[in-house]
Amino acid sequence: MLIAARGLSVRHGELPVLSDVTLAVSKGEIVTIIGPNGSGKSTLIRALIGLAPASSGSVERRAGLRIGYVPQRLKVEAGLPLTVRRFLSLPRRVTDAAAEAALARTGADGLGPRQLLALSGGQFQRVLLARALLSAPEILILDEPTQGLDQPGIAAFYRLLEELRQETGVAVLLVSHDLNVVMRASDRVICLNGHVCCEGAPEAVSAAPAYRALFGFDQDGVLALYRHHHDHDHDHGEDGHDHHHHHAHDPGHSDRSATQASEQVDV
Amino acid sequence: MFDEFLLRALLAGLGLTLATGPLGSFVVWRRMAYFGDATSHAAILGVALSFAFHLPLYLGILAVALSVALTVASLSGRGHQADTLLGVMAHSALALGLVSVSFLPSVRVDLSAYLFGDILTVGWSDVVWVWAGSGAVLGLLLWRWNGLVTATVNEELAQASGVNPGRERLALTLALGLTVALSIKIVGALLIAAMLIIPPAAARAFAATPERMAVLATLSGAFAVIAGLGASLRFDTPAGPSVVVAAFCLFLLSALRRSRV
Repeated sequence: MLIAARGLSVRHGELPVLSDVTLAVSKGEIVTIIGPNGSGKSTLIRALIGLAPASSGSVERRAGLRIGYVPQRLKVEAGLPLTVRRFLSLPRRVTDAAAEAALARTGADGLGPRQLLALSGGQFQRVLLARALLSAPEILILDEPTQGLDQPGIAAFYRLLEELRQETGVAVLLVSHDLNVVMRASDRVICLNGHVCCEGAPEAVSAAPAYRALFGFDQDGVLALYRHHHDHDHDHGEDGHDHHHHHAHDPGHSDRSATQASEQVDV
Repeated sequence: MFDEFLLRALLAGLGLTLATGPLGSFVVWRRMAYFGDATSHAAILGVALSFAFHLPLYLGILAVALSVALTVASLSGRGHQADTLLGVMAHSALALGLVSVSFLPSVRVDLSAYLFGDILTVGWSDVVWVWAGSGAVLGLLLWRWNGLVTATVNEELAQASGVNPGRERLALTLALGLTVALSIKIVGALLIAAMLIIPPAAARAFAATPERMAVLATLSGAFAVIAGLGASLRFDTPAGPSVVVAAFCLFLLSALRRSRV
């Protein structure tokens, strides 16, 4: 076990965000946390890193665990000049060779002299991942790393994670929205909605009633309605920002088979 | 003709910029401008307390500036509306200080010296204080530099890399309190924040890394001190405000360059 939560509950003021969450990530595993907005995914990540204090339960990290963390968004203050190269040396200085190798590994070659503020979304994600790799992490923790990437970009990103795991044995814990890709790329999926709804191998989770209810599949496995953020009856936390999934409900879909439905998610 | 009072003023001003350049850069990066105001305005209250209790001036200012800075830092972390809270603290501290001074009939305090500074009257002991204090602030910042910059970029990222953002925030708060106490005689409570913010703002357009910006901010601050003192001598203008005006001119020039690029 590298990192674990045991009976973890977290509150924002009075508002309970997570209750009684238990999970563990072991060496070399790829574990994905999915859940609707406001389900406490980011809070869970923050609690595991030690940023959100537990109101009850505990977080355990193996002593001396090296974490490579990639935050969901990193808003660089416009007043702060920062090159990619300098950013990679925060907080520990790394050699030019190591910096270049890390950038090359994540497909961000040659970005070293650029200002962080001038990068595109995809470039920024790669630079963040490169920085995370520089600490030779035993676990990568990524909060929605594929936000803002297109479909090929997402697929390439997961391929990169898989390669990194094979090369270095690094464990990966990530939060994601990309349901269909998640199912293919993860060893284990944890479905979160304030509590752990269901957990297990991707196939098992996608068959679980709790998962289907949460993501709006009806009993036959048909995608009844994918707009869970708007129609699902859960309290949306403060980070419940709007997502525009263009999956308008089409009554005709209910006749289709489960395979067709899963393709529908892949749009 | 180069009088000794002028030499002392120059040395005090230049010593101060060693602290305000790098510290002011953090104030800009972390959007702490109002925080600087609250802390520096509290210095007037510190002046009143020092006179009332016959404390050494720097001690009283340091104590009040630090307590206000620590109070504001801890309150704003607890979900209070930071902006409003800082505004309340900044102006209340100033008003409280001014009112308190009026309760001191035994001492005739020349308030304007503390509001706007009086760099031409600094003594050798002030010069020593400023250099020792600035040296301490600079030392603190250099010692924690990488952690400070990391926590400034992103607190979560810092935490995950083993940097405690709370501790870095505390280091900056202490540095700010100390700097305010040092600069009261030089630019005064109303203009300290200007010396913290304007030179880094002028340096921004010319810097690619945080380190370069901090160095350039120090150099612009030093230039402002020299030019401001020179202008004050030549045109008989108040010295503290002249230094700030010189810094502002640099900022305008840099804005010109930035808009052309």
